[in-house]
Amino acid sequence: MIILNVIRVYAGYFFLIIGSLFLFLGPLGILRFPDVYNRLQAGTKSTTLGAISALFGIGLLEPGWLGKIVILILFILLTNPVSSHAIGRSAYRSKVPLCGKSVVDKCEEEHIYKEAK
Amino acid sequence: MNKIVKILFTAVIYFVVWILLTASLKIEEIFVGIIVSLGIALFTFENFTSKGLRYFSPKRLLYIIRYIPFFLWEVIKANFDVAYRVIHPKMPIKPGIVEVKTSLKTDTGKFLLANSITLTPGTLTIDVVGDRLFIHWIYVKTKDIEKATKMIPAHFEWALKEIE
Repeated sequence: MIILNVIRVYAGYFFLIIGSLFLFLGPLGILRFPDVYNRLQAGTKSTTLGAISALFGIGLLEPGWLGKIVILILFILLTNPVSSHAIGRSAYRSKVPLCGKSVVDKCEEEHIYKEAK
Repeated sequence: MNKIVKILFTAVIYFVVWILLTASLKIEEIFVGIIVSLGIALFTFENFTSKGLRYFSPKRLLYIIRYIPFFLWEVIKANFDVAYRVIHPKMPIKPGIVEVKTSLKTDTGKFLLANSITLTPGTLTIDVVGDRLFIHWIYVKTKDIEKATKMIPAHFEWALKEIE
């Protein structure tokens, strides 16, 4: 039993560290990437896994909270992509340009955007 | 009849949330939970579900159980992919917006597909117009609609077709 507890605690710290690592990489990506769409990619992905991993680590350290943490993880998984989708879409509609490196823009050919322009 | 089924479905979901939040199986907690979830379900079922208990068919549950680990693995892959592009000194990105087509019909299906695409390697849904999705791809491998459809949404549709 004691060994299991030790493993649980160390696994909790491990997930916490992984989570904070990804939470660090997200903002780094936001600083380094050239335009709003690429920054959104970095922002959404790393914060999702970072938050999930950190929460799971806390759940392992405090087993009584696991139920609430499962709910938190579900809400993060459902809402995080929606918010980044909303930001991306509104950025496109308000004509934020893609960065110079971009190779293709199919959205431009879409008629509703042409009308908007 | 249909109404009762919808209320029951909503109440079951609320009850599961209640159990997870209270994290106890005491008889009084469960009793209050049943009353509260039924009460809230009475007022909110119309916005909550359009299909009712059909969501609980065994086939669907099986696909959900198979989809979750697959999806989590994709999320982890996505993170390492983005982390690699962030850390790499030359930043190997080749971004662009591509168009793909989906065979999913319902709003739930499209919502899950758009969310899954956003959370998986290098792709971000910008807009959904009917059955066409516009996806920002951090490293564009193909500009062709057919090929892109095979590479991005077809990856998830095998399961989402059954879940939607």
